[in-house]
Amino acid sequence: MKNIKYLIVGVVFGIALTKGEAISWYRIQEMFRFESFHMFGIFMTAIPVGAIGLLLIRELKIKTIEGEDIIKPEKKYHHGIIIGSLIFGFGWALTGACPGPLYAQIGAGSSVTIVTLISAVAGTWTYGRFQKYLPD
Amino acid sequence: MNILFSPWPWYIAGPVIGLTVPLLLLLGNKTLGISSTLRQVCAICAPGSIPLFNYNWKKDSWNLFFVFGVFIGGIIGGILLANPDPIGISETTITYFNSFGINDLSGLMPKELFNWPSLLTIRGFLMMVVGGFLVGFGTRYARGCTSGHGILGLSALQWPSLVATACFFIGGILFSHFILPYILSL
Repeated sequence: MKNIKYLIVGVVFGIALTKGEAISWYRIQEMFRFESFHMFGIFMTAIPVGAIGLLLIRELKIKTIEGEDIIKPEKKYHHGIIIGSLIFGFGWALTGACPGPLYAQIGAGSSVTIVTLISAVAGTWTYGRFQKYLPD
Repeated sequence: MNILFSPWPWYIAGPVIGLTVPLLLLLGNKTLGISSTLRQVCAICAPGSIPLFNYNWKKDSWNLFFVFGVFIGGIIGGILLANPDPIGISETTITYFNSFGINDLSGLMPKELFNWPSLLTIRGFLMMVVGGFLVGFGTRYARGCTSGHGILGLSALQWPSLVATACFFIGGILFSHFILPYILSL
């Protein structure tokens, strides 16, 4: 049951996404139309808080609760980042959801979002199936 | 009691979201990234002989617990502590929505667009089925989503994540301005 702690963090994350209205289709449209600061404010506070956390971990050489060294998260570049991200942006505008909010939208009572989630799994599967034919 | 039901301002929601980045690392060297769970579901349900889905997904099963938590967080935030008032979006956006006949601003999702019967309409099909497909396809192609690139990647000052996040927004902005209005008019 060592995974229960991640469930609890997920609950907190989900409440913040939901009460912060980041899972709302209305808020996502408002963001893409630059008609409110709200969503930008969420990003502009979440990222520095995460960054300060990572900085403290590194500078103070903090270890995990089980005493392991903490890894440095890295993201490698490939051209698919550009293509894939643009495609995801279209989907984000349509559904008002990135993958995290999909789960939260279902919880928040939008039962039909189950279809959107299944479709997202199908999209991921299709990418995997045709990956070898696509430019990386 | 009102404070429990009111929506959170950005300066509360943002920092709580950001805190999950160091917290997951401290709890067990886990990196925030939710689109990975879509890959895991593929690996569990239909891996076939596809290389992308033949990996040790059990090692990442913590993430399935995490998203189950996100789902519960949705129930707590969106049902138990639901905001009783219409969403407080800007007047300009409300006028825009009204021009497409979207008038019900209760809850977090427009029930006039996202409901079961509308799956059978072209508009609903495009928004939910095609939209979801693009989310799943695009995030895997980009190897990350708003959480993995946008929050974790940018917090870790990874420049590829900046490219990704910029492209998420470019895609979303272009689509919202030039294509979505046509779909909403269907």
